[in-house]
Amino acid sequence: MTLNRRQFLASGVSAAAAGLLPFGAFAAERKLTIGALYVGPHDDYGYNQSHAQAVAKLKALPGIKVVEQENVPETVAVQKAMEAMIEEDGAELIFVTSFGYFSHAVKLAPKYPKVRFAHCGGLWQAGKDPANVGSYFGYIDECQYLNGIAAGHATKSKKLGFVAAKPIPQVLRNINAFTMGARSVNPEISTQVIFTGDWSMPVREAEATNSLADKGVDVVTCHVDSPKVLVETAAKRGVDVCGYHADQSVLAPKLYLTGAEWNWETVYKAYALAAQSGAPFANMTRGGLKDGFVRMSAYTAATPAKARTAIDGVKAKMLAGKFDIFKGPLKDNTGKEVIPAGTTLVQTDLKLESMDYLVEGVIGSTGA
Amino acid sequence: MSEAVVSTLAIGMIGGAIRVGTPYLFVSLGECITEKGGRVNLGLEGILVMGAMSGYALSYLSGSPWIGLLCAAAMGLCMGLLHGLICSLPRVNDIAFGIGLMLLGTGLAFFLGKGFIQPQAPQLPALSLGSFIADPRWRSALSINALFPIGVLLSLLLHWGLRSTRPGLALRLVGDHEGTARALGYPVATVRIIATAVGGAFAGVGGAYLSLCYPGSWSEGLSSGQGIMAVALVIFARWRPLGCLAAAMLFGAAGALGPALQSIGISSGYHLFNAAPYALTLAIMIASCRPRQTLGGTPGELSLTR
Repeated sequence: MTLNRRQFLASGVSAAAAGLLPFGAFAAERKLTIGALYVGPHDDYGYNQSHAQAVAKLKALPGIKVVEQENVPETVAVQKAMEAMIEEDGAELIFVTSFGYFSHAVKLAPKYPKVRFAHCGGLWQAGKDPANVGSYFGYIDECQYLNGIAAGHATKSKKLGFVAAKPIPQVLRNINAFTMGARSVNPEISTQVIFTGDWSMPVREAEATNSLADKGVDVVTCHVDSPKVLVETAAKRGVDVCGYHADQSVLAPKLYLTGAEWNWETVYKAYALAAQSGAPFANMTRGGLKDGFVRMSAYTAATPAKARTAIDGVKAKMLAGKFDIFKGPLKDNTGKEVIPAGTTLVQTDLKLESMDYLVEGVIGSTGA
Repeated sequence: MSEAVVSTLAIGMIGGAIRVGTPYLFVSLGECITEKGGRVNLGLEGILVMGAMSGYALSYLSGSPWIGLLCAAAMGLCMGLLHGLICSLPRVNDIAFGIGLMLLGTGLAFFLGKGFIQPQAPQLPALSLGSFIADPRWRSALSINALFPIGVLLSLLLHWGLRSTRPGLALRLVGDHEGTARALGYPVATVRIIATAVGGAFAGVGGAYLSLCYPGSWSEGLSSGQGIMAVALVIFARWRPLGCLAAAMLFGAAGALGPALQSIGISSGYHLFNAAPYALTLAIMIASCRPRQTLGGTPGELSLTR
């Protein structure tokens, strides 16, 4: 990004001013337009719904106007949609919610140095990418670990299933955490992973769920944009299910063990208030259960009592910041050591955001 | 490969052929009727998506999946009729209008379907053909939706109807040689309009299968090009309804191949296996391409081959 000297000084001054003034004193006065782009529909029982719900909460804040666009494909269409939001609606903060939007935000950012582009996903790198682009993400793998504990207690066949879209780091991290959570209950448990190839492939997701059930899998979960099809198919097959992205318990009330949910409200409010008051843009925003970025679905009648106790125990440790999922010695599913003994990768470790392996106990491969 | 692996794969492929193949069956039968009359309707993809949306919406609003199904068929009929009528005007290209209809149908369905993504609509019932089998996996694979046997019956009926009835003869003649049909006193335009409208109704039912049976939910990514692939499928089936049945099952099995192979542990190259139906479409187009001669069974008036 090219900042001229005057802009640089101005931003420094406003940042300093924001630090000096009582927070929010003039924030309420300033009008701010926020843009949000979603890759799918806003009510998909999944990823997009989790974002749209949080954005909807922003509308209630004083002085804030929201413009949204859904079903924006991960192509040059993203840039067009963002430019329209900036030029026509005067958006100053844009939530670029899909992983594949990143390169487009990076391309557009130098053209609009005053606009803040907040991208959901772990791609932004300090020094390399424009300063008005930032990344936010939640450690939802903590919830997937807890999902895994629920699945580990519920399974009888010791076979779990995971329907995933693409083998990108966030997805692999979830698969691994889920598997490790289950294997903390019983190390004989394995997770069969099936990649569908894209974020929304309803027929293939249903087919994947069916083939997992055919193979004897009795608990499934997923990382696709809308888990609705998976949860409904699992319900038809009588297979237990752990939710993802949002609460899907109403879709399979008798089989829904628990679920990993996003809670973007915390993040979005912080970004909105910072943009409104002129406080510096947080390029790296991360948080897990203890920061309120993610949460678990409420237990249902299907959640085994033992699982509840076990989950509550681990969750309490996570909330106290005393639980690390990824620690050595850890082997991947080809037998290679990926984390040596004695090493612990804390959740904030950026190494975890470039995860490219499946841990021991996962059946499947990351290669295309 | 061990026996368990083979049986898992077999269950996946057979179950998948029926589950994934049924929408192909309906759309290709519809396209078969349309093309037999000498028209190509590329708009079937739009009709399919529209049928999926309207079927789901009506099933949700009325509480009866059968009303949804009827609505999807009626929607398909209307859109097919539109294609038939407009392409009967002089100098209207049926391919170009078909593409227009495809874009219109999908766009309209996305727009009107916004409010129906989240609600759960009642689903069409399934018939348990395998209730005598002990293995729950086979029972599940053979728990066949009511629409599949209807589709099989329709393809048999069409096979007989096209071959042995007067309307079938009229349709084939209109599609094969317009001049002769006219000389014999058949109303060429009317026959084509009816054929296109009926073809549209079939595609509408195919769409309703996606939203009301399998995967059984309305979303904007529901169709993965089934309507377009059906056109290739009809060519592969050589414009024979029973051929359409076989081809639809083959495409269904190809669609189930990716997940089934991964579930038995063959996980490398899943992108390739997931692309199997599309690769199959291409392979069929290349294999059936004859630069110097037309294929056996090709309707002579078809703008694709003329």
